Amino acid sequence: MAIITFSIDGEHYSAREDQTILEIAREHKIPIPTLCHLDGLSTVGACRLCLVEIEGSAKLQPACTAKPVEGMVIRTNTDRLKKYRRTIVELLASEGNHQCAVCVVNGHCELQNLAYEVGLDHVRVPYLFPSKRLDATHKDFVIDRNRCVLCTRCVRVCHEVEGAHVWDIGGRGINCEIIGDMNQPWGESESCTSCGKCVRVCPTGALFEKGATVGEMHKERGFLKYIVTARNKQQWIATAHEEE
Amino acid sequence: MTMSTTITIAPVTRIEGHAKITIQLDEHGDVADARFHVNEFRGFEKFTEGRLLWEMPGITSRICGICPASHLVTSAKAGDDILAVEIPETAEKLRRLLTLAQWLQSHALSFFHLSSPDLLLGFDADPAQRNVFGLIAHDKEFARRGIRLRKFGQEIIEMLGGRRIHTPWTVPGGVREPLDPARRDAMLAWIPEARETVGIALATLQKMHGKYAKDIPEYGNFRSLLVGLVSKDGGLEYYDGFLRIMDGNGNTIADKLDPKKYFEYFGEAAESWSYLKFPYYKPFGYPDGMYRVGPLARVNICDFIETPLAEAERKVFKALSGKAGVVNNSFYYHYARLIEMLFAVEKIEQLLKDPAILGSTIRSDASINRAEGIGCSEAPRGVLFHHYHVNKDGVIQKANLVIATAQNNIAMNRTVRQLASHFLDGRNGKITEGMLNRVEAGIRCYDPCLSCSTHALGQMPLHVRVLDADNHVVDEMMR
Ligand code: SF4
Ligand code: FES
Repeated sequence: MAIITFSIDGEHYSAREDQTILEIAREHKIPIPTLCHLDGLSTVGACRLCLVEIEGSAKLQPACTAKPVEGMVIRTNTDRLKKYRRTIVELLASEGNHQCAVCVVNGHCELQNLAYEVGLDHVRVPYLFPSKRLDATHKDFVIDRNRCVLCTRCVRVCHEVEGAHVWDIGGRGINCEIIGDMNQPWGESESCTSCGKCVRVCPTGALFEKGATVGEMHKERGFLKYIVTARNKQQWIATAHEEE
Repeated sequence: MTMSTTITIAPVTRIEGHAKITIQLDEHGDVADARFHVNEFRGFEKFTEGRLLWEMPGITSRICGICPASHLVTSAKAGDDILAVEIPETAEKLRRLLTLAQWLQSHALSFFHLSSPDLLLGFDADPAQRNVFGLIAHDKEFARRGIRLRKFGQEIIEMLGGRRIHTPWTVPGGVREPLDPARRDAMLAWIPEARETVGIALATLQKMHGKYAKDIPEYGNFRSLLVGLVSKDGGLEYYDGFLRIMDGNGNTIADKLDPKKYFEYFGEAAESWSYLKFPYYKPFGYPDGMYRVGPLARVNICDFIETPLAEAERKVFKALSGKAGVVNNSFYYHYARLIEMLFAVEKIEQLLKDPAILGSTIRSDASINRAEGIGCSEAPRGVLFHHYHVNKDGVIQKANLVIATAQNNIAMNRTVRQLASHFLDGRNGKITEGMLNRVEAGIRCYDPCLSCSTHALGQMPLHVRVLDADNHVVDEMMR
């Protein structure tokens, strides 16, 4: 595999040509915020938080999907990017009902962490306060769509890893929402295996274990790396699980 | 020529928790009626609909910044009822500890921070001085002790909740984490100082009873029903037990009532001029079924207090009642509050020394087993009820919260009326600073949990308007 060289934020790096900018940045501890991306799942480039600037191109590129080419000049942390990222998080915050103070993942939520990361001290657009559906019909789990950011991680993990394909996106535009079994109550789903993978990969408190109280829901995601390594490399490495 | 006059007192510097007072005069310039308007919107009941039972302690504890733990405990108890579980012994003891810590913290705030400036510096002292800062200037040690006593209560709450404010540590079925021995010891270390501070507060208040002997009879001195929990054997209670109702002559008119049947005994009237509901005892109707809750009621209705120092003080308190057999004067809310602080300190020590407090079995697991649940406990300001209806998945269909301040609502109006009649200047409908100060102090006896009542570390923002019968402004005062 060919090795290419390029620069990120003024430093020179080299990498294999099949690596994404995000992978390379992570290898070198260059922080780029992400939300829809999760190692072990397919990449959709949907949330746009990982956008980076590429010299000579007016278009911003998502680091999770874009791959560098020889001589590329990449910037990950310009004022323009910071502004965009903050705006994205603001829009996410205003679109749902994210009451961190009373949320099951308060203190360990990816959206909350992102908000801190981008310096979201207030939201400049009006909150929509939508009235979204909460479904607690499953015996073990709950989906509260008020807290969903439509990252589709649950959809992907269920389809790609568990193979059950319970979840889909229903609706259009601002009315999009996660639906199970073609919009049936979760408790009546015949395809759901109750494995809980969707709950664990969900970055917010949208999917959680029933009975969890404020801040009590910790999402343990190491399982994904374990399964994916086992499947792709036929290596059953317990540490891959424990690392996270 | 207009004859009757309306005076309105309203706060101006705060948006949430706003309250105002209207005093209605008759043609002779005498006070005909007084209304303490509480315009707090009780939106919590509405927006908890559709949420999950397990979230309720966390959500409802946000209602009040001063007594979050009372909502935590009461909400968790409503949850126990819906899960249909009995909680482990350790969990109950820990919840009791939390409840008492909340009493201590809130009562200390009420007495030292909010009421002491009035009492020690005088009701007519310069408002710029009549606050906690003025108190510090006047008696630094006294103020410091008060602040530390409150801190003791707060520290217990924080240590139980894992050092985080508002952590919903009580949950349906029990509590979230056991108490670790190091924290138990840290709590115990506070006890001697706390006991001493409450003693000093009691001695100070006794002096004030002498100093204000002339004023005190005007501070809401009337008969009303008194309602609260008593333990199974009739003692002062804070977490569980039965409801007891006593009349203004000291007769127990109902006893051993199951708190879960609250809604059979009490109704809630609504008035167009207040968002706060007006609970009343059904057999007596509205407004005759008016009752008072909180420290004054609790210390009056119980047969004894289980800890020695507080019990001795209760007897002194009871002696104030003379022939009536019941202390009817709202000014003595302060006294009752201090007795409860003493009890809280003694009882906290007992609980902490009980080996069961360190147990590790703390949470009963169950799913939804009832469609309806009621939780009841004694919050610092009086008996508190949470009543939930859920569907089979635990989603709240309807919630009703009956808070102490609402239950004292009618009594607060009576108190304001009495004070206004006594202190209103002459017959010209003119508002005086002296009357404002007394009305403010009168409301403070009840320690209502409105944001405005604790605002500005001492002084309530007030807006007073005098209106005549045709609603023309004759006098207006703002501060
Ligand atoms: S439920 Fe969670 S994982 Fe699924 S789309 Fe919404 S936020 Fe993402
Ligand atoms: S992480 Fe790259 S677009 Fe979401």
